[in-house]
Amino acid sequence: MLTIDNLHANAGDKAILKGISLTVNAGEVHAIMGPNGSGKSTLAQVIAGHPGFEVTKGSITYVGQDLLEMDPEVRAQQGVFLAFQYPVEIPGVTNAYFLRSAYNELRKAHGKEEMDPMEFLDLMEQKLKVVDMDPAMLQRSVNAGFSGGEKKRNEILQMAVLEPKLAILDETDSGLDIDALRVVAGGVNALKRPDNATIVVTHYQRLLNHIVPDFVHVLAGGKIVKSGGKELALELEAKGYDWLVGTA
Amino acid sequence: MNAPAATRYAEAFGQLDTAAAPPWLAALRTAALAEFNALGFPTTRNEDWHFTSVTPIADRTFRNATSTGAPTAAEILALTVGDASWPRAVFVNGQCDPTLSTLGALTTAGVRVSTLTAAIKDTPEFVADHLGKLATFSAQAFTAFNTAFAQDGLVVHVPRSLVVDLPLHIIHVADAQAAGCMLHPRLLVVAEPLSQFNIVESFVSLNGTEYFTNAVAEISVGDGARLHHHKVQRESTEAFHVGTVQVSQGRNSLFHSFSYASGAALSRTNIYTRLLGEAAETRLNGLYLVDGTQHADHQTWVEHIAPSCASRELYKGILDGHAHGVFNGKVFVDPEAQKTDGKQSNHVLLLSPTARVDAKPQLEIFADDVKCTHGSTVGRLDELALFYMKSRGIGDENSRALLTYAFAADVLETVELDALRNGLERIAFERFTHSTQL
Repeated sequence: MLTIDNLHANAGDKAILKGISLTVNAGEVHAIMGPNGSGKSTLAQVIAGHPGFEVTKGSITYVGQDLLEMDPEVRAQQGVFLAFQYPVEIPGVTNAYFLRSAYNELRKAHGKEEMDPMEFLDLMEQKLKVVDMDPAMLQRSVNAGFSGGEKKRNEILQMAVLEPKLAILDETDSGLDIDALRVVAGGVNALKRPDNATIVVTHYQRLLNHIVPDFVHVLAGGKIVKSGGKELALELEAKGYDWLVGTA
Repeated sequence: MNAPAATRYAEAFGQLDTAAAPPWLAALRTAALAEFNALGFPTTRNEDWHFTSVTPIADRTFRNATSTGAPTAAEILALTVGDASWPRAVFVNGQCDPTLSTLGALTTAGVRVSTLTAAIKDTPEFVADHLGKLATFSAQAFTAFNTAFAQDGLVVHVPRSLVVDLPLHIIHVADAQAAGCMLHPRLLVVAEPLSQFNIVESFVSLNGTEYFTNAVAEISVGDGARLHHHKVQRESTEAFHVGTVQVSQGRNSLFHSFSYASGAALSRTNIYTRLLGEAAETRLNGLYLVDGTQHADHQTWVEHIAPSCASRELYKGILDGHAHGVFNGKVFVDPEAQKTDGKQSNHVLLLSPTARVDAKPQLEIFADDVKCTHGSTVGRLDELALFYMKSRGIGDENSRALLTYAFAADVLETVELDALRNGLERIAFERFTHSTQL
C-alpha cells in the first residue's frame, strides 16, 4: 500500500529525515517509535503533505501512485488520514459542518452524490458511538475550547467518518489519561479492516498495549535504526532509547 | 476649491421646517450650526481623522430629503437582517413612516417609543433634559451637523426595572428619492435603572444611489441597566455614512454594542462610551467586510471615569480588492478609575495584496492599579488551519472560503439576538463560500 524509499526531508535549511525506507501493506499496523526530535512526527506530516517540509530526495508510493505529486486534499481523498498531534482549533465552523464538508468532498472525489444534512446526521449517530462522544460536540466549533482528550477523540471521530485506507496517528496518546486512551484505541481498533493499514507514531509503549502493532520501527536522527516485531516495543520500554540512538 | 460648508449649507438650513420647534430646540440647532460652520469638515490633519479622508463628503453639497418613493414593508424587510416580526420603527429618507412601523407590542410591554417630532410635543421636558446632553457637538463636526439638521428621529424611554426581551428594530432606508440628499437621523435612548432592552439599528438602501447618512445616537444606561445596541450598516455602496453612538453608563450597568459594516463607499462609525458609575461593563464588538474601493473606519472610545469597570472589545475586519479598513481603539483611564480591567483586540484578514488596513490602539492610562491590554493582528489565513482542512480532503478554495467565514463567525458569536446572529452568519457564509447551505 505504502512504499517509502530513501526519503529525505528538510524544515527550512534543517535536514530532519535522512533516508527513510519503509513498506506498509494492507492489514498491517506499524508503530514508529523514537526519542523526541528523531523525526517521527515529521515523517507523519510529510506523508500527509504538510507544507512546512520539503522533500529533497527519495520517494513515497501509495497504492501505485506518486504520493509526493499529490496535494494534501487529494491525498486525503485517496484515503490518507493523519490524526494530528496538535489538532487545530477552528472557531466559527461547527464540527458538524466541517465533518459533512470533508465527507462530501470525499464522496465527490469518488463520483458519488453529496449527502444531505439530515442523512449525514443519521450517519454521525453511528460514528459518535465509535468514540463514545456526546452529540452536542457536533454543534461546537471544531476543537475550539476542547480538552486535550476531546480533541484526540474528535480526530478519531473524523477518521471514523472518512474511513481512510491509511491512517497515521501522530502521538495520539500524548496528553490522554488511561480511560481516554482506551476509548481512542478502541475506536482505532474498531475501524481496522483487512484492506486498510495503520501507522502509529508514539514515544511510549503504553498505546501499543491497546493497538497491537505487527511491526515496530525505531527512528533516531532521521533514520530507522531498528525494526522488529511487537516485542521490540517492550524492549524499548525496559531499556529506553539510548542503546539504539548511538547507532544512528 | 469649494465654498466653506457654512455658506453651502445655510440655504438648506433655512429650508427646514422649524415652526414647531420650542425655543430651547431652536437655540440648540442654531448653536450646532454655528459650531459646524466654525469647524467645517475634519481633514486628515485632525488626529481622529488621520486615516480617513472625508473629502468626497466635503466636496459635495447634499440637499435636504423631502420626498420618498413610498416603498412597501415587504420591500424594506427583504433588505434587513433579523426577525420580520420584531417591533419596528421605519424611517424612509430620514422621515419616520408610521404606516410601515409596528410598535404596538413594545408599547404594551411598557416601553415608551415615539418619534422625535411627537416627543417634542408630548414630553417636551423629557426631550429637553436629554437631547444633545450626551452627544455633545463641541469639536464634533458631524454631531454638530446632525444636531443642526436632524428633522426626525426616535426617542426610546425604558422605565425603571422594565425587562423586555422583544427588541426594537429601527430601520433607516434610503430609496431612489434619496439621491443627492443628506439624512440626519437622531436616536435618543434612556434606559432607566435596572431595565433591560435590545435595539437593532439597520441602515439599508433600496437603490444603489449616492446619498449621505449622518446618524447620531445618544444612549443613557442607568444604574444596573443592561442595554444591547446593534448597528447593521448595509448602505448603498455609492453612499457615505457617518454614525456616532454616544453612551453613558451608570453603576453596575452593562452596555453591549455590535457594529456590522459592509456598505457605503465611505463609512465611519464612532462608538463612544463613558463609564461613569462603579463596576460598569462595556462590550464593544464589530465586524467590517469590505471590498472594491470601499473605505470602512471604526473609532471606539472607552472612557473609564469610575473605578472597577471592565471593557471588552473585539473587532474584526475582512478586506478584499482595494478596500481600506481603519480601526482606532481609544481607551482612557481616569486617575480615579482604579481597578480598571480593559481588553481590546482588533484582527484583520487581508484577502488581496491591494487591500489595506490602518489599526491604531490608543491607551491613555492615568491610574496605577489597572489591567489594560490590547492586541492587533493583520494577516492572511493561518497556514496550519489550511493544512488541517486540506488533510481532511477539503480543497484549497473551499478551505480558504470556510476559514474566512470562520474568521467572521468568531465575532458574530457575540451577537446575542439569535435571529440577527443567524442572519449575519448566513450573509457572511454566502459572501465567502458562494454557497447558501450553512
